[in-house]
Amino acid sequence: MTLTMLIAPFVVLNVVIGMVTYVTLLERKFAARMQSRIGPYRVGPHGLLQPIADALKLMMKEDIVPTAADRSIYNLAPIVFLLPCMLIFATIPFAPGLGVADLNIGILFFLAVSAMEIVGLFMAGWGSNNKYALLSAMRAVNQIISYDLPFIFSALVPVLLAGSLRLSDIAAAQGGGYWFIFYPVIGQLAFLFFIISTLAAENRVPFDILEAESELVAGFRVEYSGMKFALIQLGEYAHVIGSSYLGALLFLGAWGGPGPEWLGPIWFTLKAVVLFLLVTWVRWSFVRIRVDQILALSWKVLMPATLLLLVATGMVVVWRIAP
Amino acid sequence: MSGNIPIADREGPRRIEQELTEADRSRRKIEFDYSGGERLSMNMGPQHPSAHGVFRAILELEGEEVVGVDAVIGYLHRCHEKLAETLTYAQYPSIASKTDYVAAMTSEFAYVMAAEQIGKIEVPKRAQYLRVICAELQRIASHLLWLGTWCMDMGGALGGGATIFLYTIRERETILDLFEELVGARLLYGFFQVGGVRYDAPANWIEHCRTTLDAIDGRVVEYEQMLEGNPFFLARAKGVGFISRELAEDVGIAGPLLRGSGVNFDIRKAAPYSSYEDFQFTIPVETVGDCFARYRVRMAEFRQASSIARQALDKLPEGPISSMPGLKSVAQVRIPKGEAYTRVEGPRGEVGCYLIADGTAKPYRMKWRGASFSNLAVLPYIVPGVKVADVPAIMGSVDPVFGEVDR
Amino acid sequence: MTAEQATALIAERFAGAQVTAGIPLVVMVPPDQWGAFAQFAKETLGCQFFSFSSAVDWKADGLEVIARVENLDAGFAVMMKTRLGPGVSTCASMVPVYRGANWMERECWDMFGIRFEGHPDLRRILLEDSWVGHPLLKSYAVDTPYPPYR
Repeated sequence: MTLTMLIAPFVVLNVVIGMVTYVTLLERKFAARMQSRIGPYRVGPHGLLQPIADALKLMMKEDIVPTAADRSIYNLAPIVFLLPCMLIFATIPFAPGLGVADLNIGILFFLAVSAMEIVGLFMAGWGSNNKYALLSAMRAVNQIISYDLPFIFSALVPVLLAGSLRLSDIAAAQGGGYWFIFYPVIGQLAFLFFIISTLAAENRVPFDILEAESELVAGFRVEYSGMKFALIQLGEYAHVIGSSYLGALLFLGAWGGPGPEWLGPIWFTLKAVVLFLLVTWVRWSFVRIRVDQILALSWKVLMPATLLLLVATGMVVVWRIAP
Repeated sequence: MSGNIPIADREGPRRIEQELTEADRSRRKIEFDYSGGERLSMNMGPQHPSAHGVFRAILELEGEEVVGVDAVIGYLHRCHEKLAETLTYAQYPSIASKTDYVAAMTSEFAYVMAAEQIGKIEVPKRAQYLRVICAELQRIASHLLWLGTWCMDMGGALGGGATIFLYTIRERETILDLFEELVGARLLYGFFQVGGVRYDAPANWIEHCRTTLDAIDGRVVEYEQMLEGNPFFLARAKGVGFISRELAEDVGIAGPLLRGSGVNFDIRKAAPYSSYEDFQFTIPVETVGDCFARYRVRMAEFRQASSIARQALDKLPEGPISSMPGLKSVAQVRIPKGEAYTRVEGPRGEVGCYLIADGTAKPYRMKWRGASFSNLAVLPYIVPGVKVADVPAIMGSVDPVFGEVDR
Repeated sequence: MTAEQATALIAERFAGAQVTAGIPLVVMVPPDQWGAFAQFAKETLGCQFFSFSSAVDWKADGLEVIARVENLDAGFAVMMKTRLGPGVSTCASMVPVYRGANWMERECWDMFGIRFEGHPDLRRILLEDSWVGHPLLKSYAVDTPYPPYR
């Protein structure tokens, strides 16, 4: 075990946490602009210290555990939820050779781990012993099972095109501006499906039926307060950022961009932020759809479509290599 | 101390409980054909993000489906009918606005009309027109709030719903600014008084009205584009919360809900009051009876209301604003013996005031027919069978204001 | 159907009812014919629309129950009234005829203590179940100390 093996995760974790806090500010500012408001403005210049104030506030809040809650499950849930959301950053290469672990099954690791957050969600919903939370947990299981398959299928399209499961290979295959989103038809369709299923997997509007404050108040986290609430929030945003990085890597050419090579990670982050803003834009302009409509969309439209797309991609790849 | 309550009354509710048969009790919850499994009863309210005030719906759930609902109201009861018996005809109108606080002008309107009808008090033409202008501006303001909160019920406070909500609130503020210029208050006005209105339009007010209406007309088009081009909105609004024409009339729902169910009835046309016969307008009617039909009716009403207000602004005659100017003492308005039921077409439908005068300075009995009360009574008939997520959507499309439900 | 035809029909069918022409038609019905008249108003007069129902406390003369129903197509309305008589506080329910009467009659029970026979779910609606008395009765004066504002 070398020192770098310890330092790299430490740096990545802290950068991610710092990013998550500032991404919330970005989202709030962006939403405020959409809604003809100003957004956070009081704490620091242009509200730049707002995330720190929020974090401090959440840390100082009283931690309330409902009397009827299943204490061990209730207390464990935020951590179980946060862990996979942080682990997904392990395989992301931020530049050639710059990452925690560039696994040869990188993308599979990413997809498998990101689906694990459902365990934390369900624990939170069950352990709170609250009807809203329980209903939300049931919805969460429904939704994540339904959307993981289209998510995986659409993420496999770049894998087929690049011919590798290793994330750095996929990024390298898009070198020279040949991003997979520019791949005729297949690239755009896969990107579209990827965005839709990411929205659902991240539980963002219009697929946020498990939060659904107009009927379930706050869903699975209705009983959480203080730091546990902050952990869930952190996990959720970390997941969104992670998925944005994955999207930027799979479709937008990862660190490729003009300028010297050391600009690579900055380009990568910029692309991820653009994807994040795209998701945010959708979030603040759509209304939520109903649970049955969400499931119908997944099983009747996205599943067959992504499957067909995958088969088509396979045929294109084989045909391209064969002659 | 409570010597003069009859014994029978003191034990009233309990006595009823005992005399109810088992069959009566089981009929309280609407039963659906159902076999096996377990049910979950869930409270929606009284403290709930989509309760629109304080309303408690006890939902019987079977998975995601609602199989029964019991509506509990009365959290906002402020004894308006008892209060009206203790206040003079000059005092009560400013309290009347507190029944429906989202459209405060309409309830004042109904009350003073009832008093005027019994007392056969003439209202000057200018006052009638000012009343119409205010009622129509109020309709726009109220519908704006409805649109925002309804979208928030469907999209949530952390999503697209909140975006529309903030847009509509921005426009509603401009109308409240107009009312502030006119009356000095932004929410509860006390603008109406028996015999006319209390304040005349200040300088430039009419011009401000026109520019505001122009701005809002443009915005309404934007809302329609934003919503009707949005497949998720259509999926949530279409085919949800059907009210048949028969049910609508039977329960006595009114206003946009009734017109959304295919009944061409608008009091402004059917029984014109306050010079509504002077204005050209049509009544929007939709036949489908779902949430989307109600939405369409209200969107069309934005335009009708703005057109009526414009016509009234154009034709606004000169003259006195009250046939009882300089009303100083609160007991000065004397109404002869008699009774009247007057109704106005409020933003939520028929707002009626049934007034019995006994010749003194105070009414003998006053009954509010709150539009929201009657509209909300339809919920137990349309909610069973829908998904949980549709309950706030249906509630929002009914547009209840709990000040008016509970009075 | 017009208001005049309706007046004639009422006179023909309900001999005990006094009709006062006007807008709306005010029909004073004997209490025992209350339910039958509601049925008649809905089916024969075509008054499908239930506007409201309430009550008035005429002190020594007893309670009066009122209901307003309307024929939206023909454009006339019927204000039905019945005097229950001194000391009487039971009345036939209109719920079997008009579903809208459900909440209105619950409010009447709440405020006036009128028992509606045949109402499926007669509970208090605006006041809480433990409330003592019926506030809109004239005997329930506002300035006397009643629980819970003793």
